[in-house]
Amino acid sequence: MGKRILLIEDEANILEAIGFLLSREGWEVQGHGKGESALAEIARVSPDIVVLDVMLPGRSGLEILRDLRADPATRDLPVLMLTAKGQAKDREQAMALGANAFLTKPFSNAELVSTLGTLTDAPAAARSGGGA
Amino acid sequence: MAGLPDGMRRAQLTGNRIRERRLARGMKQAALAEAVGISASYLNLIEHNRRKIGGKLLNALARALDVEPAALSEGADATLYDTLQASARDTRAGLGGVLPETARIDELAARFPGWTGLIAAQHKRIAGLEAVAEGLRDRLGHDPVLAEAMHEMLSSVAAIRSTADILARDPDLDAAWRGRFHRNLHEEAERLSLRATAMLAHFEAPDTEESGASSTPIETVEALFEAAGHHFPEIETQGRAGIEGVIARAAGMEDSASHALARDMLERYAQDAARLPLEVILPAAREAGFDPGRLLMLGQGDVALVLRRLASLPLSAGAPDFGLAVCDAAGALLFRRRLPSFSIPRFGPGCPLWPLYAVLARPGQPEAARLDLPQGGIFDAWAVAQPVAQTGFGRAPVVQATMLVAPASSDNGGEAAIPAGPGCHLCPREACPARR
Repeated sequence: MGKRILLIEDEANILEAIGFLLSREGWEVQGHGKGESALAEIARVSPDIVVLDVMLPGRSGLEILRDLRADPATRDLPVLMLTAKGQAKDREQAMALGANAFLTKPFSNAELVSTLGTLTDAPAAARSGGGA
Repeated sequence: MAGLPDGMRRAQLTGNRIRERRLARGMKQAALAEAVGISASYLNLIEHNRRKIGGKLLNALARALDVEPAALSEGADATLYDTLQASARDTRAGLGGVLPETARIDELAARFPGWTGLIAAQHKRIAGLEAVAEGLRDRLGHDPVLAEAMHEMLSSVAAIRSTADILARDPDLDAAWRGRFHRNLHEEAERLSLRATAMLAHFEAPDTEESGASSTPIETVEALFEAAGHHFPEIETQGRAGIEGVIARAAGMEDSASHALARDMLERYAQDAARLPLEVILPAAREAGFDPGRLLMLGQGDVALVLRRLASLPLSAGAPDFGLAVCDAAGALLFRRRLPSFSIPRFGPGCPLWPLYAVLARPGQPEAARLDLPQGGIFDAWAVAQPVAQTGFGRAPVVQATMLVAPASSDNGGEAAIPAGPGCHLCPREACPARR
């Protein structure tokens, strides 16, 4: 069984496309589309890595990230943030709150696979900001 | 002329102005001198600013030149003077080459009033457009509706890109998945089309062609008040019932934001009129020589009310032409009654030496000051900062400052006056300690 990844993204067609892509890459993929229940889903699924969209219904990805970093159980959980191109402040805020990497929409599949590979290969202490 | 004390500079400008007016009328020096009963050589000294003049001789020269005495002693009105100064500053910052001759603004205004007006109008229009551009930039950066629309569009593009990439790179894709991804592509393309249309509608909605780029709600409401001379007889007599009639006659009220702001401002006017009726303040103000310092008791503790009511007295009843400025605790101008000779900038802050700002540090304590403006006018200013809303126990109230201004009476001189200005951006006082 591959590593478990939780995609927190409210756009169903993005979830389906990258879920299919990452499954073929050997990931065990779970998807979730609501911001307000994202923390509970993370606790339930216990993923190895989270892909987290900034704009979600109910609660923003940045708030979820802040809570993840405040909780000792998820402080070191690798998080890849998805932001929209042109929202530079979101990216800066995501990195300040402790995101491990970010990708800007629209990203390519190759970028996504490559960034996730970098995050999961690196030891926890060496994971730090990067992305497109 | 730069570096001269303001008094000398004013006197110097008076000589220049007499000469400019005489030349503009094609009049010989000797003819003008004879008309006012002085020698040509004495007039020559006056025109070259070697003799100060005032009183009878100034009035006689004005009569002979067919102008108001103030046109010779005060020159171009302060707002025009400040606008030209600001225009010259912007030109210095933006262009190389020959610098504008700012020391000869009065001469320019006297000889070429049409061109001067054009420069001033264009400068104001540029400032207005810059404010609009700034507002749009701010809107692009901070508008939550736009940010969400952008995110939705880019999410659609991301879904299309990921899905198309899978379809293009995997020719052996299972038929069921292929069909599913084709449906997703179609669905996402439809959604993208709708989202793009909605985003364009968001840009087009707020501004119609009629509203114009430089007409903001506060400008529209200011124009309404200015057109009425800041006095609304029907509201004075009918109270709030008179508001509808005022709005119905005003231009620009089809814009909902302007309409709402006008209603708010007129409601406040009606409340003020009810609390301090015209039949009370007008006779008292006449009795007190329109001196706010002698009328404070009329407000029963509300000094700002007295200042606002003085600024709403009808000129036809003999009230002075008062100016008024209201700002919030951050110094942002909320309302103004302009005076031709006292420039209150629409954009950006006024002069930090105005009591309007000083009183913000001492809410409830009224202050008076005499202001000496760089173009020569001396003004009296009365200001107070007062709470306009309470935010809770133990919390600072929301405060607004109000300042009333009027030309100082000439017999008091300018010795105690503070050398102030219209705001640093417009002010020529390079050495002012308060300058930004």
